[in-house]
This record gives sequence, structure tokens and C-alpha cells, in this order.
Amino acid sequence: MNLENIISVIDKETKKEEQFTRRDAFKSAGSTGLKVALAAIPLGLAATLTKNAFANSSATVVEVLNFALTLEYLESKFYSMGLLASGLIPAADRTIFTQISNHEGAHVTTLISTINSLGGTPVSSPVFDFTGGNGSGTGPYADVFTNYATFLALAQAYEDTGVRAYKGQAGNLQSNAAVLTAALSIHSVEARHAAEVRKLRTLKGWITFADAGALPVAIYAGEDNQTQLGVNVTAATGQSIAAVTEAFDEPLTMGQVLSIVDPFIV
Amino acid sequence: MDDLKKDEQMTSLFSNALAKPLSRKDFLKWTGVSAAVMGFGISLNGCKSDTVVNPVGGINLTADDFGVLNYAYALEQLEAAFYAKVISSFYSGASDYEKSVLNDIAVHEAIHRDFFKTAIPAANRITDGMAFNLSSIDFTSRASVLGAAKAFEDTGVMAYNGAGYYITNADYLTVAGKIVSVEARHSAAIRDLLNPKSADFAGDDVITSSNGLEKSAKPSVVIPIVAPYFTVAVTSSLP
Repeated sequence: MNLENIISVIDKETKKEEQFTRRDAFKSAGSTGLKVALAAIPLGLAATLTKNAFANSSATVVEVLNFALTLEYLESKFYSMGLLASGLIPAADRTIFTQISNHEGAHVTTLISTINSLGGTPVSSPVFDFTGGNGSGTGPYADVFTNYATFLALAQAYEDTGVRAYKGQAGNLQSNAAVLTAALSIHSVEARHAAEVRKLRTLKGWITFADAGALPVAIYAGEDNQTQLGVNVTAATGQSIAAVTEAFDEPLTMGQVLSIVDPFIV
Repeated sequence: MDDLKKDEQMTSLFSNALAKPLSRKDFLKWTGVSAAVMGFGISLNGCKSDTVVNPVGGINLTADDFGVLNYAYALEQLEAAFYAKVISSFYSGASDYEKSVLNDIAVHEAIHRDFFKTAIPAANRITDGMAFNLSSIDFTSRASVLGAAKAFEDTGVMAYNGAGYYITNADYLTVAGKIVSVEARHSAAIRDLLNPKSADFAGDDVITSSNGLEKSAKPSVVIPIVAPYFTVAVTSSLP
């Protein structure tokens, strides 16, 4: 699938949310008991609740969650297929990948239920081409499920990209405590995964400069940033540039992330 | 052994934190409570006594963005002090790999600390040279040092995850995000040293398996966990 298509799918789901009113919130609460709960509480507090839980389920929040869901579908499918590929993952490493796979599956479930809670419509899973061939099945990672080194390289690519993707969206979720906190709580899990996969590849768990190794440079573009809140951190701390770049992970925009994963989405 | 016991206590404390499935009911409850707390925070912010960040003999975390940044700054000072001591004299038997991991982390934490020192204006900043009581940690013991490192990193991640919502400035929130994922990487690396090739790098003790969410906790939950290491009184108007 090309980038425009991915964005238009997310946009289409989002459009439905744009006319979402308080009245819709009550209506869509249906038989869940939410309607009763909202009706039973004082008007002022109900207004607060609907404001937080629904008015903010605006384009932005649902759009961000559907974006995250797309990435989690990708990761979840990738690890499921990896674990099923016989002879791919060495016995000694299966515990690690089983744990990661379980988390990605749980993230899919959590995001779907959160989007539903907001009255949104979760996007369905795209079809993936883990060779990076955009559907051809003959991309640059054609041996992804037969060569462990390739599988590990893509695992690192997806995890480090995932960390950057969630980080880049935090500001768009500020209006909603539960959603922001959940997103942050997924973000740190992806970072743990990334560190462990990097360790399996005998790399440091943290990112030095914008070192991409043999992976596409776009995945690590900007990781060599030394300026935070206008402070030149190297100058302020007297530490090496390498260490300063390791100490801060950098965000990616939604567009940057989608262009990184585009070759893997049919 | 005392440290391991303490670690266990902390772990059990953590398991009572906010990590549970995000049901619609919880979701609404949580959102509503947070909204109420935020409203309270804003009114506190107007109190004069709330604006003194360094009361005699202690530090005060104000109910605003500076309060959250100072909270992070205090935690980073603690971590930096701990790792500085670790690398000043490694426990016996530390492998070159372990030393390289701990040296890297020590530098990262010092960078985080000194970044906050520069980024937070002096008038709004808690004291820079906080002293800590690390006497419960046996720095000659691998188990004690790595156990404490694990607890500090996990606490840091939980703290940043739980404090994010209380930051109003989006740029500050992004910087907190830039730091917390590095803390999570640290934790995974330390946990891998303690139990290589296991699921512990992202263990079920910190991540709820049913929803895949890492623990998060409000400052008022985290502060009592770290307070035993502080030698100054901490007052906080944060939620």
C-alpha cells in the first residue's frame, strides 16, 4: 500500500469522529451501562467526563491510536510469523521473542478496546510484506523468516521505530489522561524490547549518534540531536557527544514513520 | 539480603500501582479523577507558600510544570549519585561487559541530571547538590548493586510514565519521553545482566501481560518509595 492510501484509510476512520457530539457519546454508550452512569452523575461532573472522554476523542486522538494500531499489527504479525517459522529462532532466544510477541498482541487488543471506548472505529489489519517489497514478496529482506540475522535486524528496526513513533505522538494525546498514560506505558515497553533485541545483535541497548548499521538511515535520522529545550546538552554537561546522543531518544513524525514502514505494507 | 528484601518490597508495592486493564469503567474513573486533581493543582499553584522550591532543610515540588521537572531532576540526581558510586569502585568480579553497561548508564544519568540543572531556571529549581543515603546498598555485592539498579530504573520508568499527564507544556512532555525510553532501555539491560535470555527484560512484574502496559504511578505514589534514599525532606503539591 502506498503512503497516501495508508493516510487516507486513517483519515476516513477519523472523519467519522469529527461530527462526534456529546449526544453521540450517550447514544454509542448503548447498553454498556455508561449511559446510566453518565445520567446518574451531577451535570457539572458529567460535562467534565464527557469532555475528557469524548470531546477529546476528536480526530487527533483516534487518528493517533489508529496509527499506533497499524504499527502494532505489523509487529504482532511479524513476531507471530517468526515464532512459527521452523528453525528460525534458536531455542535459547524463544523465551525472549515469545514475551515480545505476547506484548505486541496485547497492545493490539488494548488499542482496539481504547479506540472503541472513544467511540472510534479501529482500522483493520493491513496485509504485510515483511520482505520490504511492498507486496512483491521479493524485497531486500527476502530471507526474513529463514535467516535469523535478517529477522533480528528487522526486529530492531520495528522496535526502535515504534519507540520513536509513540514519542512523536505524546503531544497529540495530552488532552486525555488515560490515553496518554497508556501510550506512554506502551512506549516504554517498546523501548525494553528494542534494548533486548539490540543486545541479541551485540549492540548497545541505546542509540549512539544516528547509527543505523545496515538498516535504512531514515529509522535513525535525527537521533544524533544534541539540543534539548534549546540547551546544547554537550556543552551543558561536558560529556561526549556520543553519550549525549545515547541519553536522549528522539521522536519521529507520523509521516516519517509511515514512510519507514511503507515497504512492509501491501 | 536486606537489599534483596527491600527490592521485593518495592516490587510488591509496584504491583499495586496503576497497571491493570483499561476497561471503559476504569477509563472514565481515571479520567474523571485526573481532571479533578488537575483542577486542584491549579488552585494550589496560586498559593504563595507553594512557590518556594527550596524551603529550609528540604525541597518542595510545586503543582505546575516546574514541579514535575524538579521531580524528574530529583530522581535523576538520585540515579546519578548511585551510579557514580557504583563505577567509582566496581563490585568484585564485574565483567568488562558489565562495567561497560554500568559506565554508559552512569554517564547517561549524569547527563540527565545536568540537563535539568541547565534547563530549569534557578529561581524555580530545587537544590542542585542533593545528598543521598545509599547505605542500604552493598556496593561490594553484585546482587545488591544490580538489584538496586533495577529498582531505580523501574521506578524511574514508572514515575515518568505516570507524570506525563501532569506536564502541560508539550515540549517538556516530549523531553520527558526522550528520557523515559532511555531509562527503559537501561532497565532492560540491567535485567538482562541479572537473568540473561529470560523474559525479565520486560518482565511480568513491570508489564501487565493482559494489556501489555508498563506500570505507571503518580508522584504521590513514587515519592514515598524513593524518600528513604533522600536526606532532605520532600514536600510535594503534585498529584
